[in-house]
Amino acid sequence: MKPVVLWTDAVLFLQFIGALLYGWRVARTPHLAATWSQTFKDPAGAAAATVLAVFVALGLADSVHFRLGLASAPGEAAAYSPVTTSVLDRLLVHQLEGAETSYSQPLATRAFEKRTQVTEQGVVRDYPRLQHAARDLTDPPAQWRTDVLARAAIGIAAGAAAAACLAALAAGWLARRSRIGIVAAARQIVSGRTAYPVRTVLATAAALCVLAGLIASLAVEYHVFGTDRVGNDLLAVVLKSVRTALVIGTMTTLVTLPIAAGLGLAAGYLGGVVDEAIQYVVTVINSIPYVLLIAAGVLILLVYLDTHPDQFPTAAERTDARLFFLCVILGMTTWTDLCRLIRGEVLKLRELDFVQAAHAFGVPAARIMRVHLLPNVMHVILINIVINFSSLVLAEAILSYVGVGVDPSMASFGTLINTARFELGRQPVIWWTLATSFSFMFMLVLSANVFADAVRDAFDPRAARR
Amino acid sequence: MVAFTLRRVLYSVLVLFGVNAVTFVLFFAVNTPDDMARMQLGRRVTAEAIERWKAQQGYDRPLFVNARAPGLGKITDTVFFETTRKAVSLDLGRTNEGRVISEELSHRVVPSAMIALPVLALVVTASVLAGLTLILFRATALERAGVIALVALMSISTLFFIITGQYVFARVMQLMPISGFVSGGSSALFVALPVAVLGLAYLGPEARLFRAVFLEELGKDYVRTARAKGLSEFGVMGHVLRNSLIPIITSSGLLLPVVFTSTIVTETFFTIPGLGSFAIEGITQQDFNIVRAMVFIGSALYIMAFLLTDLAYGWADPRVRLR
Repeated sequence: MKPVVLWTDAVLFLQFIGALLYGWRVARTPHLAATWSQTFKDPAGAAAATVLAVFVALGLADSVHFRLGLASAPGEAAAYSPVTTSVLDRLLVHQLEGAETSYSQPLATRAFEKRTQVTEQGVVRDYPRLQHAARDLTDPPAQWRTDVLARAAIGIAAGAAAAACLAALAAGWLARRSRIGIVAAARQIVSGRTAYPVRTVLATAAALCVLAGLIASLAVEYHVFGTDRVGNDLLAVVLKSVRTALVIGTMTTLVTLPIAAGLGLAAGYLGGVVDEAIQYVVTVINSIPYVLLIAAGVLILLVYLDTHPDQFPTAAERTDARLFFLCVILGMTTWTDLCRLIRGEVLKLRELDFVQAAHAFGVPAARIMRVHLLPNVMHVILINIVINFSSLVLAEAILSYVGVGVDPSMASFGTLINTARFELGRQPVIWWTLATSFSFMFMLVLSANVFADAVRDAFDPRAARR
Repeated sequence: MVAFTLRRVLYSVLVLFGVNAVTFVLFFAVNTPDDMARMQLGRRVTAEAIERWKAQQGYDRPLFVNARAPGLGKITDTVFFETTRKAVSLDLGRTNEGRVISEELSHRVVPSAMIALPVLALVVTASVLAGLTLILFRATALERAGVIALVALMSISTLFFIITGQYVFARVMQLMPISGFVSGGSSALFVALPVAVLGLAYLGPEARLFRAVFLEELGKDYVRTARAKGLSEFGVMGHVLRNSLIPIITSSGLLLPVVFTSTIVTETFFTIPGLGSFAIEGITQQDFNIVRAMVFIGSALYIMAFLLTDLAYGWADPRVRLR
């Protein structure tokens, strides 16, 4: 096994470590800790955070890439598979390797379309049996229902058991912390008399556990969400789309931050010609329709990828580079909004006494910006990060659809919807691609939106938007 | 105010110059004039044919600096200078296929306007009404449900609205054609779905914003005074609406360029021969003149929207002075 670190993997993990470090710092800074705890005391925010955590875990599992070792003769140099896989790929190995030949409905035992087959009775035109679904059923029409129900029941039971374990752990932890009996702790949780909305989080986690158990148990023998045109299991595709969405949603903001913060601070604090110049650049970029700007950027990128094939030896690295630079391009075109917000905030801050005092003491402008202004616009940046996340995920779908998004071979919500469009035009209609991508994307974006609201309410109480 | 408008117009010209430069650089970073010629004439053409095409289109000069030309010609005898000069004299040029762009635009502006203007009207009225309704029923189950519905609406990709809309209304119920456009009386049928889809897409964020604005206004002293004087809740809403005009105008004005951008996407879905699909055509066919014309229109709309909102502030709130 040979580990492979793609660019976006590195960035994603650095971000994760950065988030952990930030969390550590928050826990040590009383006023930040108070504000953040406000976010998680909001039941909706806490529930959304729980769902987001699951998505992040999925994305991280899909970001540990490696190439499997191949059997090689002793004494020879170890050979590695040319295909890059991830931890998530190994978990979904049954789905990824159990591809059918074409469409099949969710939980189907037979293919969706008739096909001419040669059997012992001669040439028959019928719906062929799927090769990787319900293999142990001898008479699918009669046994299918009981088999699916049995598997579903097992899955739900396992999920419920996991949820019960979680609840017991939470109750035990609460009992230890507040030095009460475990029954009393459980009672507190059930009646919702805890400082944090433990009940809501547990309910969300339980729902997720049951859902995951149900899907996992059925996925052992069925294509839970059906298969696509070339027979790929949709469950695997949609789970892999999550990483793409996460990378775009978080990395883009990371690109915008230094530009937006630097220019916003400079424009707001220095004023004068600097402000005029920065405002001019912002206006010019803002006034160009962003789709055209991004399209131009992506086309430049494609030309570069075509002319420098030697820098990207494997297909995975190539698609990854495209994703990486798509984020950079998106970042270069969307930093203007944050820049404006920061400038506006700094314009207010620079007139305050502590900044004026620092100026009077002769503190250099760069230091004033870094030490006195930047920490005080952090809340604007933070709110912007969480709000932007969901709109970027939505934008990815549109851009991939127009053809200037991620690589068509990369699993993403945009490419999924793109195929779904043509499938809805078929007769009989193929609805499961749209339904699956819709549910997962909706869950991700909705939880991101709800979490963003909770963060905004905590950090900017004046903009009480709920 | 005249001086203000004049200064803004001058600034707009400056911005358009910047936009022109950015577009030029980005476009020719992707395509060389040789690529454009091959795109137009086909893959297998002689070098002479390419040279002839370039000379015909005026692309046979260096892009930025002409080292061979004497004196000022170093700058003036270039593709950049020539295209810019034509743009300044409001000559948008021809497409690579030889159609006159300004003529093409005049045909295409109608379908685009038939989508963009109703969307604007729909979004602004619907979201103001939705915001007012939520405020009127504040702290009730209706408001909670409404707020949740708005967040859910914001979390659905526009693509889903488009795809399911086309499927349900055009394919299953056969109320309207799936896509396409004809001018004349039945054109309303063709634009109904795109308008509804875009309207839904912007309803969520706008209505939420207006609700927040109204909520803030409700906490002010004049509202308490109005209530103390016995004004009905509807009367209070009238006052609140009048005082919230500035944020409403700001966000509605900003919506104009945003709607234009989204028509770029929407028109390709519904194959409507408007400005948006023209822009996509320019990109896929590597036609610089089309792309630049579309970028110009986009930025002109953006600048105009800002100017209009600034002027509208004075109307909405006479205390606002434009300097």
